[in-house]
Amino acid sequence: MLEKSEENPNHKGVWVFTEQIDGKLKNVGLELLGAGRKIADKLGEELVAVLLGYKVIELVKDLEAYGADKVILVEHELLEQFTVDAYTKVLAELTIKYKPSVLFIGGTLNGRELAPRLAARLNTGITSDCVDFDINSDGHLTHVKPFGKLMAKIICKTRPQIATAKPNVFKKLEPNWDRRAKIVREEIKINPEDIRTKILGRIEANKNPYGSIEDADVIVAVGKGLCSKENLKLIQELADLLGASVACTRPVVDRGWLPSSQQVGQSGKTVAPKLYIAIGISGATYHTVGMKNSDIIIAVNKDPKAPIFQIATYSIVGDLFKILPLLIDRLKKEVKEVKLSITTKGE
Amino acid sequence: MSKAGLRIIVCIKQVPAIQDIKIDPITHTLIRESMPSMLNPWDEIGVEEGIRLREKYGGEVTVITMGPMQAKEAILRCLAMGADRGIIISDKALAGADTIATAYALYMQIKKMKYDLIICGKISTDSETGHIGPHLAELLNIPQICYVKKVDLDIEKRRIIAHKEADEGIEIVEAPLPVLLTTAIGLNKPRLPTLKGIISSKRKEVKVLTAKDLGGSLSNYGLRGSPTFVDEVFEPPSRKPEMIFQGDPKEVVEKIVQVLLNKKLISSRS
Ligand SMILES: Cc1cc2nc3c(=O)[nH]c(=O)nc-3n(C[C@H](O)[C@H](O)[C@H](O)COP(=O)(O)OP(=O)(O)OC[C@H]3O[C@@H](n4cnc5c(N)ncnc54)[C@H](O)[C@@H]3O)c2cc1C
Ligand SMILES: Nc1ncnc2c1ncn2[C@@H]1O[C@H](COP(=O)(O)O)[C@@H](O)[C@H]1O
Repeated sequence: MLEKSEENPNHKGVWVFTEQIDGKLKNVGLELLGAGRKIADKLGEELVAVLLGYKVIELVKDLEAYGADKVILVEHELLEQFTVDAYTKVLAELTIKYKPSVLFIGGTLNGRELAPRLAARLNTGITSDCVDFDINSDGHLTHVKPFGKLMAKIICKTRPQIATAKPNVFKKLEPNWDRRAKIVREEIKINPEDIRTKILGRIEANKNPYGSIEDADVIVAVGKGLCSKENLKLIQELADLLGASVACTRPVVDRGWLPSSQQVGQSGKTVAPKLYIAIGISGATYHTVGMKNSDIIIAVNKDPKAPIFQIATYSIVGDLFKILPLLIDRLKKEVKEVKLSITTKGE
Repeated sequence: MSKAGLRIIVCIKQVPAIQDIKIDPITHTLIRESMPSMLNPWDEIGVEEGIRLREKYGGEVTVITMGPMQAKEAILRCLAMGADRGIIISDKALAGADTIATAYALYMQIKKMKYDLIICGKISTDSETGHIGPHLAELLNIPQICYVKKVDLDIEKRRIIAHKEADEGIEIVEAPLPVLLTTAIGLNKPRLPTLKGIISSKRKEVKVLTAKDLGGSLSNYGLRGSPTFVDEVFEPPSRKPEMIFQGDPKEVVEKIVQVLLNKKLISSRS
């Protein structure tokens, strides 16, 4: 096991592992370049994107546009598919060679396997699902994440300080296609025996009848206030009218009313749509960390003291079973054609 | 694999029972007894999988936890489900451990044991990091397969073929034993302990270990051995609400439709 490297001043640089799958960059990597830019500037250090794969050089221009000062590129046949063994090996060797002080890894399923394995190999600390970062007066990275009803600031004494964040938590920078970064190619020896897990095949995911929530512009979200699965009809009708995806809180998943793919919050997904309509949701911190960055939040709750009203843009105090049928009716009849007049996110 | 069959270790954790009511997985009714703590649901799936594999291939299921002595309740539940023996690592010197220090303590014990399969939960409902499985696999230098939904073993060749959740669907992965798995929802439906199981659990062995039993330097355990620590806790900042609508539902709906129109979130063609 490696010795822990305590607060070593020789560790410099803010790194982001920018994951690609099938030659496509994951958004969360670009979002973390946005978060990393701020931290790198505060430290006065370089922002480095680390790109692993095979024949992925054309992705470098995106990393430049989204803020990287330097791109470390490792191309190898055995990196074409993600395996935790090969990716851990390469990242560990790079980290030991260059000694970055911060390493951000996107919280995709692959990232969540890779980051803790790498942390154990490097014998350094790791903080998961961060929602904010800063630099404190001692030069440590502060990792902010939910902690019960409160938020916690976590410090890591060792280097590199590894952190993961979910997709949609941080914002990408505006791309600047004229930006150029230093490109460093690294050769790392990988033997087939290094990879103990062999991928035999992949079964593609089925299409989700409730709509994908990660990139939806409008989300109609429902909580336990719905009372029963039958009442989902009402929610689906409103969502259809608005061209929205349907999301929910954890108790709704626990009760089997909706699949876990629709859950928003600490143990679900993070979303940031243009409009989030929260219906019968109390607004526990575990839920709101996953949606508070939405542009407009409309909340319907019969309890005027519900915490969701502390973050809602428009608060509707009332019984959802009275409000929703009226709203659906109004949208159907009087507004002749309901059409979402907003453009798709990212365009 | 030894003649004795598969040697399976399941890492389990006792977690605070969430404030939400729990649903009985079999009767789908509310469980009303207020339980202060419970077995992490992903670990329950891990214990179930261990027992099923033992029922199929023979062998032994050991459950292990690091935590306060109270966590023995969770061990006993696993034994009542059908696990063979339990180990609880409990010591004040281990308090305040982050995931690295927790995994290190588990590693110091497990490395002394013989195993073909180690099963962890995908996450624990209280800390929700999902770090322990990959940390432990790395320390033991064995392969890991996370978020497993289906397990097939080839005992002759000492290999596992697993279906796992991946970002783009389900991946089918093969690896040699010993291997560490983490459980996904849907791997199985955990059984409830039977009365017979509860009675026989009382006769099963539960070993209690301290930091000294684990060996190694105390500075690697607990808060001292943890690279990360909580520096501060604070109230989450609230956004300023812009408008509150209440009263007659008809009027409320009218106002909100106006907002949607004004903000151009919907457009009226009338
Ligand atoms: C470690 C951990 C992780 C968690 N992760 C998540 C997570 O990822 N996502 C998540 O959502 N939760 C999560 N939770 C659970 C979270 O703490 C809350 O319990 C949950 O968000 C509450 O869901 P809810 O708002 O649907 O239910 P409740 O809190 O029960 O709220 C229901 C609301 O509906 C209102 N209501 C009832 N009837 C009506 C009506 N007729 N009209 C209008 N309003 C009505 C009530 O006033 C109430 O405010 C987590 C908990 C823990 C401990
Ligand atoms: N204190 C512990 N003792 C034994 N196993 C643990 C402990 N903490 C976590 N685990 C295991 O690691 C898994 C993931 O937990 P976590 O990393 O806390 O999200 C759990 O489902 C357990 O299998």
